[in-house]
Amino acid sequence: MIISEQWLRTWVSPQVTTDALSHKLTMIGLEVDSIAGAADAFSGVVVAQIIAAEQHPNADKLQVCTVNAGDETVQIVCGAPNARAGLVAPLAKVGAVLPGNLKIKKAKLRGVESQGMLCAGAELTISEDNDGLMELPADAPIGADIREYLSLDDRVIELGLTPNRADCLSIRGVARDVAVAFDEDLNEPAIPPVESTIADTFPVAIEATAKCPRYLGRVIKNVDLSRTTPDYMRERLERAGLRSIDAAVDVTNYVLLELGQPLHAFDLDRLAGGIVVRECEPGEVLTLLDSTEQTLQPGTLVIADQTKPLALAGIMGGADSGVSETTTNLFLESAFFTPELMAGRARSYGLHTDASHRYERGIDFQLQRDAMERATQLFIDAVGGEAGPVTEVVSDADLPVNEAVLLRETQIKKLLGISVDRVEVERILEGLGFWVVGHEQGWLCTAPSWRFDMGLEVDLIEELARIIGFDAIPAQPIKASLIPVGVPETRRALRMAKNDLVARGYFEAVTFSFVAPEVQAHFDPELSPIPLKNPISADLAVMRTSLIPSLLKAIAHNASRQQSRVRLFETGLKFIPGKGDAEQIPMLALAVSGLRDTEGWSTEKAAADFFDVKGTVEGLLANLGDRLTFEASVFPGLHDGQSAAISVDGKPVGRIGAVHPSVRKAMGIPANTVVAEVLQSVVTDVAMPAYDDISKYPETRRDLALVADKDIASAEVLSTIRTAAGPLLTKLDLFDVYEGTGLAEGRKSLAIGLTFQDQSRTLDESEVSSAIHQVLDSLREKLGIELRS
Amino acid sequence: MQSLENIKAEAVVAIEAASDIAALEELRVSYLGKKGALTGLLKNLGQLSAEERPKAGAEINAVKQQLNEQLSARKASLQGAALAAQLAEQAIDVTLPGRRAETGSLHPITRTIQRMETFFSSMGFEVVEGPEIEDDYHNFEALNIPAHHPARAMHDTFYVDDTHVLRTHTSGVQVRTMEAQQPPIRVICPGRVYRCDSDLTHSPMFHQVEGLLIDETSNFGHLKGLLEDFLQAFFERDDLSVRLRPSYFPFTEPSAEVDIQCVKCSGAGCRVCSHTGWIEVLGCGMVNPKVLEMSGIDPDIYRGFAFGMGVERLSMLRYGIGDLRLNFDNDLRFLAQFM
Repeated sequence: MIISEQWLRTWVSPQVTTDALSHKLTMIGLEVDSIAGAADAFSGVVVAQIIAAEQHPNADKLQVCTVNAGDETVQIVCGAPNARAGLVAPLAKVGAVLPGNLKIKKAKLRGVESQGMLCAGAELTISEDNDGLMELPADAPIGADIREYLSLDDRVIELGLTPNRADCLSIRGVARDVAVAFDEDLNEPAIPPVESTIADTFPVAIEATAKCPRYLGRVIKNVDLSRTTPDYMRERLERAGLRSIDAAVDVTNYVLLELGQPLHAFDLDRLAGGIVVRECEPGEVLTLLDSTEQTLQPGTLVIADQTKPLALAGIMGGADSGVSETTTNLFLESAFFTPELMAGRARSYGLHTDASHRYERGIDFQLQRDAMERATQLFIDAVGGEAGPVTEVVSDADLPVNEAVLLRETQIKKLLGISVDRVEVERILEGLGFWVVGHEQGWLCTAPSWRFDMGLEVDLIEELARIIGFDAIPAQPIKASLIPVGVPETRRALRMAKNDLVARGYFEAVTFSFVAPEVQAHFDPELSPIPLKNPISADLAVMRTSLIPSLLKAIAHNASRQQSRVRLFETGLKFIPGKGDAEQIPMLALAVSGLRDTEGWSTEKAAADFFDVKGTVEGLLANLGDRLTFEASVFPGLHDGQSAAISVDGKPVGRIGAVHPSVRKAMGIPANTVVAEVLQSVVTDVAMPAYDDISKYPETRRDLALVADKDIASAEVLSTIRTAAGPLLTKLDLFDVYEGTGLAEGRKSLAIGLTFQDQSRTLDESEVSSAIHQVLDSLREKLGIELRS
Repeated sequence: MQSLENIKAEAVVAIEAASDIAALEELRVSYLGKKGALTGLLKNLGQLSAEERPKAGAEINAVKQQLNEQLSARKASLQGAALAAQLAEQAIDVTLPGRRAETGSLHPITRTIQRMETFFSSMGFEVVEGPEIEDDYHNFEALNIPAHHPARAMHDTFYVDDTHVLRTHTSGVQVRTMEAQQPPIRVICPGRVYRCDSDLTHSPMFHQVEGLLIDETSNFGHLKGLLEDFLQAFFERDDLSVRLRPSYFPFTEPSAEVDIQCVKCSGAGCRVCSHTGWIEVLGCGMVNPKVLEMSGIDPDIYRGFAFGMGVERLSMLRYGIGDLRLNFDNDLRFLAQFM
């Protein structure tokens, strides 16, 4: 909502500066987004009239004008095409300073003296118009300062109104709040009924009374639309950001801005039979004022005549029934449409108009007659004509009802923490238009017809609070009983795991939860991800089924910026489509690319690989011990020979692997990029420590060098050993793996250390030897593994 | 045969001249060993008379002892020198960078959320989380935003289907908390939220921390006090000016926006605060009784307040980050600045 300060001050004028007024507006909930001058600073410009304009002797495109500047007559050389005798225009006299600090001096143009400059609107920052001199009305006072004459010292205040304050989408509404806030009187203009001078009426019928409880119409005949809009009206409209179009549109817009009532003027001679306010019929088509043709959607309220729809009710008029230059007879509409039933309708047509904006939020349901009378008077003043009597159709049962709400004095204190003086409560609420009646506990308050959001006691208290000012409510420390919060020891805070990863050299990434479907399909081709109905773009179109794709995008981003070592992690939800609601599962993912270590004097320049990431996962989940297992597995998007399923207690909890070369190529990811993803729950659910006595007796260690088929997984070898060695085995270390010279093709050597210990005694040689024999027998039988000779 | 005096004089010079432990050992053997010169003299004592024998024996033994001592001293000296040489040999350049495990960093958004959690935890608030694909009821209806309410237009909602959206705020978590538990309630709800808007100052995904306090006694003054304390603690500035001004949210009444004095220009006016001296950082208000009622809490007994803040905004103000998109590029040159 953009308003002229001077216009506002004709309604209410507290004796404060613009800045103080603006601050107050913001602090009562009508936030000022911006304040701008009506024109930039300039001086020395007066209203002047060209008395004579003659061709310049030495220049085709210049004229030499004799100009009456009020107190003197001056000679001006002027190149404007519209310079002509009789024209009234702004004159910058010698000594004037124009916007941009342009100083006007006496000058000679092509040998002819010019004592100043006649100005275009743009040169004075009054308008955009730079095509010729700004044309002022013929009756403008010659010699007057143009700033005063056009009230250019006015300020334009832009308010960012919240959706509940539709009542402030007018000068009247803003003025009412300002009057209460400053405790000033409100100068509402009197709106006397316009006596009808003709008897003409046009029939009105409402079929859809729920959507249109009130409709007023009036015939105005013999208007002269060739007459221009009065200056004050055009100026105020332009300052509010509305273009002046013609007197008919300007008057309706003026009343819209002044009182907040949308109006529509029809060309009476294009209407057939009478007005019907009804829902549209299937397939009806209407060409709107903006020249678009709309096929009407079921449930749309239209203003129709006996034969056709004329207008989208409360949104936009139709092209055919609108006022044109040839119109002489008007039918003026002033209606109330129910806000809940207007909501979303304009948007469904891709429209948003000043009328629909107000109707959706709710206009004053008692305002229609005043607005009709006001507009009629303005029409007659501006374009003449004779008004008929007002036709009003109303369905009282469908009009909103504002019930009285009890405001308890005690509740004010309870909610705000301060008491408000009784007299002040009444002053504020009455000033805002409430009907206030005393009650033993406080007051019974009935909201005015322009407020739709006042059904609860707290609504009234909010009104008090914003007018008193939040600054007047002292801050207090909160008081509350302490609530004990028990934290189970078997739950590790995610932040601990994050810190762990940070200590391991990983940087935390935050990527979008929506990704490109084709990238995701590399990794989860079997899932059809949940699409957004209205995505921002095609590459952010579906919800992620894994954190891996977007983490890899971040890897690619860094790789293309010469980062030689990238380690990233992310935590967040993945979204798995299901039969019912989507499953939203918290995940933790890792991605590693580039060098294992930062380049340095003490490090080898080797690329990180699968085992770096696996080591991180094992370290992060060290608490799980042997419950955590990895098993070679093939996953889409991952390297067939370098990926594994991660399990806890045999249940799958994630995946790990090098990125598949073809996916790497498609995504622009460097070689040796490894990813892992696990359920967050395996990171945060930890086992409770249970103490085991430390043995006082020595340990015995035996090392075995074994030769096995290359394809046998080391995990299988170790688990076979563990089973065969029995309970005395306390530690098992795989300390070397070798393939190559000295071994047959397809064979590998494993060096494994076995440590034995007992809680209660020193083990004797024979016990250990027998365990080792069992191990070797078992390895031979189950896996064909032999001791290396 | 050499005289004792000659042997001694020669040995003293030789020991002093010995340059290493091995040479010293050779000298020990050649003078004091079984076939050594002094040992030879001792063996020859038998040829002397009984009167001469004790004196000569004592003289030889004195020399022997003296040479032994000299050998030990020389040995210690040579060992010391050898150790010193060895240490000198092993000297390192202590200014070379240490052999370290490189550390990473938490994302500034996480860092900021953790600071918020720490503050509110200290005030007895519990951290709760919830789903990001949210049903229409919990994202809108239960917050007094019925279908077609103009406030929905403020939300730029991503739709998943007819009844589900990507949550536009974390308020749904507050609703779920109220549904599950009776007051007193003190929770904060951090997390990702989504709005269908993307430009220099809007990201389609960002983070919020919302808070809710419901009890029998809290009022608007408490809300104001808590948020002032939080903002001053967050920016570590006791003198930070905070102002509340009326606004509108369907789920609170009264509702307020909270501005802080611009942390860049201290209120003088600059680009960061659009030359107003104030920066909007929070929305808040007393919980609308309709919202309490819908979630099964009796508004005649209980009341409370709610607040919500954009994490990116506060993080960017705190760390001086000028471009919202940096938060989601995951560029190491950015992330590494938050170690």
